[in-house]
Amino acid sequence: MLIRWSAAAAAAILLSSPVLLQSASAADKPTDPQIAHIAYTAGVIDINAAKQAQKKAKSKDVKAFAEDMLRDHEAVNKQALALVKKLNVTPEDNDTSKALSKQASDKLVELDKLDGAAFDKAYVANEVAYHKAVNGALETQLIPSANNAELKSLLQTGLKIFQGHQQHAEHVAAELK
Amino acid sequence: MPGRLASIALAVVLLSMVVPARATTIRITMENLVISPAEMSAKVGDTIEWINKDVFAHTATSDNGDFDVNLPPKKSATFVLKKAGAIDYYCRYHPNMKATLKVAP
Repeated sequence: MLIRWSAAAAAAILLSSPVLLQSASAADKPTDPQIAHIAYTAGVIDINAAKQAQKKAKSKDVKAFAEDMLRDHEAVNKQALALVKKLNVTPEDNDTSKALSKQASDKLVELDKLDGAAFDKAYVANEVAYHKAVNGALETQLIPSANNAELKSLLQTGLKIFQGHQQHAEHVAAELK
Repeated sequence: MPGRLASIALAVVLLSMVVPARATTIRITMENLVISPAEMSAKVGDTIEWINKDVFAHTATSDNGDFDVNLPPKKSATFVLKKAGAIDYYCRYHPNMKATLKVAP
């Protein structure tokens, strides 16, 4: 019963992200090598989005936000790489990672067609939705599934910092209106 | 002779008690996106040393514009307090990190 409720809660939270919803409903608990791969992939996605924004963004606030994303996500991923090396774990590609990457590259193409204020708005809106989805997945799926204590702790730090990113993105989005 | 030495020693001890407390260095840690202690008392002339234990870059940025100290990952940096008052500060990159310095004259 408890499991069913948490699955329902996860589904509700992940609704904004079709990819993460699929993986949650797949019911299979991801393994540590898969979790590491998903977390790292999620970081790379936001780093690439930030690099695109650095080139295309018009607003000073949006540029600064993209810089913050780049700095923090690179730091988390660097830490993640150091951890998997230390634990002698090889991150394992999986359907969630693949679907996340596909969705993200589609988004990059979509955003690339926009310019100026339209780009700023679309980028920030996507950052809000993306962080919401990733934070939901961390909270309900990745953190509870992680076996290794250090991996769990890194994911928890990630969640804390990404919750700040979500707030920041929401704030920038409100300012752009 | 030993008596004179003792009185000199006593004078030295007493002198150090009369002289006002020297400016000190106060250490504040930033770890796991938390500044601790979040509230710290200090005096004008004291040095604040922020120690960033995170892998993330932080800043110690005062609301009143007095200081904006950069703290690269795993590094520390200092600032000497020049003015009295309650100074709120935060991290520009992670604004949920907030703290206060209570600076006595």
